[in-house]
Amino acid sequence: MDWFAHAENTKPLGLLIFFVTFCLIVLWVYGSRKRSEKLEEHKNIPFLDDEDEVKDKSNG
Amino acid sequence: MSATSVAATEQYDYDIIKKFSVMAIVWAVVGMFVGVYIASELAWPFLNFDSPYISFGRFRPVHTGAVIFGFGGSALFATSYYVVQRTCQTRLFAPGLAAFTFWGWQAVIVLAALSYVTGFSQGREYAEMEWPIDLLILFVWVAYGAVFIGTLMQRKQPHIYVANWFYLSFILVTALLHTFNNIAVPVDLFSLKSYSLFSGAQDAMTQWWYGHNAVGFFLTSAFLGMMYYFVPKHAGRPVYSYRLSIVHFWALSFMYMWVGTHHLHWTALPDWASTLGATFSIMLLLPSWGGMINGIMTLSGAWDKLRTDPIMRFMIVALSFYGMSTFEGPLMSLKDVNALSHYTDWTVGHVHSGALGWVAMIAFGSLYHMIPKLWNTQMYSVKLINAHFWLATIGTLLYITAMWISGISQGLMWRAFDDFGNLQYSFVESVAAMHPFYAMRAIGGLFFLTGMSLMAYNVYKTIRQGVRDAESAQAYSAAATA
Repeated sequence: MDWFAHAENTKPLGLLIFFVTFCLIVLWVYGSRKRSEKLEEHKNIPFLDDEDEVKDKSNG
Repeated sequence: MSATSVAATEQYDYDIIKKFSVMAIVWAVVGMFVGVYIASELAWPFLNFDSPYISFGRFRPVHTGAVIFGFGGSALFATSYYVVQRTCQTRLFAPGLAAFTFWGWQAVIVLAALSYVTGFSQGREYAEMEWPIDLLILFVWVAYGAVFIGTLMQRKQPHIYVANWFYLSFILVTALLHTFNNIAVPVDLFSLKSYSLFSGAQDAMTQWWYGHNAVGFFLTSAFLGMMYYFVPKHAGRPVYSYRLSIVHFWALSFMYMWVGTHHLHWTALPDWASTLGATFSIMLLLPSWGGMINGIMTLSGAWDKLRTDPIMRFMIVALSFYGMSTFEGPLMSLKDVNALSHYTDWTVGHVHSGALGWVAMIAFGSLYHMIPKLWNTQMYSVKLINAHFWLATIGTLLYITAMWISGISQGLMWRAFDDFGNLQYSFVESVAAMHPFYAMRAIGGLFFLTGMSLMAYNVYKTIRQGVRDAESAQAYSAAATA
């Protein structure tokens, strides 16, 4: 536990944890074609309420 | 069209967004006017009129506070409340709390400006507010976080769209920065003055950890949230790569926190700390340009919109300035370049290429897109938007070119030695040499302010038109039912 009390130990450890986490995120994002397709589908979210607007237009 | 928007106005809480949008424009005019005035004071010092209240030292934080927190902050409140509702397909959580964020935030801007002109300042850049105003900010910000997170939690859409991630990181990090940079002990309960918890180099490091992350999260991350919603929405096509936007978000989040020390090169700060800041600044170039390319490529296949649509032009030029200033920033963070650029007008030019070119222009584009939808109408004049675009672009270019010439000249004059090893120029000689560029900067600012005034007029006419249309539609439906 004493090891963690020293900033010169915990700073590089923190950097390592953040770096590895970031690499894992990149791997997760680009690692699978199926997941990639699913993620890319989310780009259409801003247009989902347009469909409501189209429906409203046809009703109105 | 009207049926559409009536449905949208019923579905979403637009009232608070309207209020923030109007105040964003009011603060932009006020803040930019003060900016042009202080730029003119530097060129023509008689404009100080020997009055302490309007002297450069007191007016400068009035300018930065009004444009960053008044204009930028209000635009961010408005667009974040709009985007979170529309992408989560739900109404705003706790409308009463949202109303408190509006009145509280406007009070902060007014109180801060009044305190600066009367001579009260903490002397911390972009955090000049004294402790009672800091406390008010804290309450407003916690309320803002509660409204935003509450709205996300009651979303009807399972996935949280990436623009909201950027807004959320801005809210969380600003809370963190504001709290730690303002830890202070008041002199007494009825005094505005206080002592910082930190001192010396630590105090400077805390301030610039705050200062650069305010740029990183308030003026970059949050406006990227704006970009990730309004650019695709206005272009009518989804963002170029959603996966790139995820990596962009996480890379910025991991890296920005480390770079503040590049503001303190060649000072009492340990050398390793400023080297670390410079290293992360260089690495930041990659996510910044990834985000810029993602935004610009969203228009891929529809470049013709740039010819026909001035709002789209605002957005794409904003992204170009984002790319330019995020290239210039890492360059200036290199110690050897910084030895020339620091304390000169080059820094001022760099800040304004980001603030005018990126922050203001993406906000203009987003407000021009959003305001007609809020009032269920069209913009009053597209020609005025076009005129605004050109005035803003020419103004920004004049401003930053003047500051590049002035800043690099200053740096070179200050480090020049004669054959005997004495300084070649006195400081006042460098001040005299800057005069034409200070005049040029004031003219650039005037261009930008003129464009902003056109926007204010255009928006005023648009709102009146929207209100009139709504009243006549109401009268028509009342007559039909009668």
